[in-house]
Amino acid sequence: MEDRMSIIVFSGTVDKLMAASILATGGAAMGLEVEVFLTTWGLEAFRKDGYKTNMKVSKDFEEYGPVMMEQMMAKKVPSWMENFKSAIEVGDVKIYACSMTMELFDMKLADLEPIVTDVTGVATFVERAKEGRFTLFI
Amino acid sequence: MPDVKEITIDKEIDARGSFCPGPLMELIRGMKALQVGGVLAVLSSDPGSAKDIPAWIQKAKHEFIGVFPEQGYNRFVARKTH
Repeated sequence: MEDRMSIIVFSGTVDKLMAASILATGGAAMGLEVEVFLTTWGLEAFRKDGYKTNMKVSKDFEEYGPVMMEQMMAKKVPSWMENFKSAIEVGDVKIYACSMTMELFDMKLADLEPIVTDVTGVATFVERAKEGRFTLFI
Repeated sequence: MPDVKEITIDKEIDARGSFCPGPLMELIRGMKALQVGGVLAVLSSDPGSAKDIPAWIQKAKHEFIGVFPEQGYNRFVARKTH
């Protein structure tokens, strides 16, 4: 077994991306290898510069959205994108794009934020996650 | 725990107002930049730091000198050992 945490990011709302980015940062800080698999709306959120205008929050907490965004700005909370970048800076973090979503949304690696380093299939991700400590689905 | 006034601090980072895991990240960055044997202090008002910072220092095998409470924040002090 390897000291690795695997995170499947399916959601593209800011609240969930925030949680995923903080968990990735914690894993990286504590010396775990971190592998992030972006799929569906999670991958959509990593389109180049997309995070700058993404204001979506989970449907079930929609009414908290504006207040949350306001608080995050007032308290200068780093964006989820900044968190992923700091995670990469301090640790061993790899961010992969799901090949199936890429095809579905007609995306190329060049359309994504540069912190997404590679495209991978689900089988490869699962095979590696199997060897890790734990896997999260967000 | 020694008196904070008796410790020579080589570098102090003010991470007050920064959110979890911000202060820890500042500490990690600060440790990277510090020379071996140097003493780093990080100021944090994030309650998560009280557990996260000592846990990281232990994991990274540096020396945790202590946490010194101030008005509304804590000063975490550690020595880089390698």
